[in-house]
Amino acid sequence: MKRTHFSALAAGLLFGLGLLLSGMANPEKVLGFLDLAGAWDPSLALVMAGAIGVALPVFRLARGHSQSLLGEENNLPTRRDIDRPLVIGSLLFGVGWGLAGFCPGPAIVATGAGQSKALVFALAMLAGMGLYHLLNRRGRTPA
Amino acid sequence: MTIDWNAFTPWSALAGGALIGLASALLLLLNGRIAGISGILGGLIDRTAGETGWRRAFVLGLLLSPLVWLLFAALPPIRIEAGYPLLIAAGLLVGIGTRYGSGCTSGHGVCGLSRLSPRSLVATLGFMGAGFATVFATRHLLGG
Repeated sequence: MKRTHFSALAAGLLFGLGLLLSGMANPEKVLGFLDLAGAWDPSLALVMAGAIGVALPVFRLARGHSQSLLGEENNLPTRRDIDRPLVIGSLLFGVGWGLAGFCPGPAIVATGAGQSKALVFALAMLAGMGLYHLLNRRGRTPA
Repeated sequence: MTIDWNAFTPWSALAGGALIGLASALLLLLNGRIAGISGILGGLIDRTAGETGWRRAFVLGLLLSPLVWLLFAALPPIRIEAGYPLLIAAGLLVGIGTRYGSGCTSGHGVCGLSRLSPRSLVATLGFMGAGFATVFATRHLLGG
């Protein structure tokens, strides 16, 4: 196993443990956060705050370095334009997130936890990504 | 707005968030890559040359995390209210939307905001707003 594969495995593992601990992997809790007009559970705002609080200084630190500690080329997005796909795609994602309470990471983690409903959601999500891939390859939707 | 103090779990939310931030920081520092889960999954479907190994490893880590958790404690509750047709519709929307919008809660919400990216700010406001509106519609307008 290459070192960069091991580090990615460790990062995925930590990420999943964080999703489990934070409550993000539980759709009931996610929907409790998205339900502003009901009995609101603000917890997920703190998940975001905790994550950004740790990640922001590190992203700052890495800026201006062209290589990672393992010698990989740093591959960070450079685009700054706000275009239609960004806005429309994000809105579609938000509707799906609000319907089931799952976003991509938690769906994978809950699948690993043996939840058959999470597996069905994850398969539909992968199908949606595949559909995008097909349309994109035909040049209908520039990335 | 009424806050559900019984459901509010500030410490585990903050600590879990910090772990997510740490995982994103590690992937950046060691691999030089963004921990954007929709991008990682989508990249496996697109089969970008030279980028599949680490992506598979990261997804494997996500899948194994509940098993590692189980070595130390019982799994926290995962309650999925939605029925199968709704799960399929929602999954399709999340799959298409995150690829079309170049990211999800992790890539835009955590990594993008940590990079102070204007695109990610717009995307995050977009999917949060749409999420709030959707739950308002399903729970309060249509009566759930």
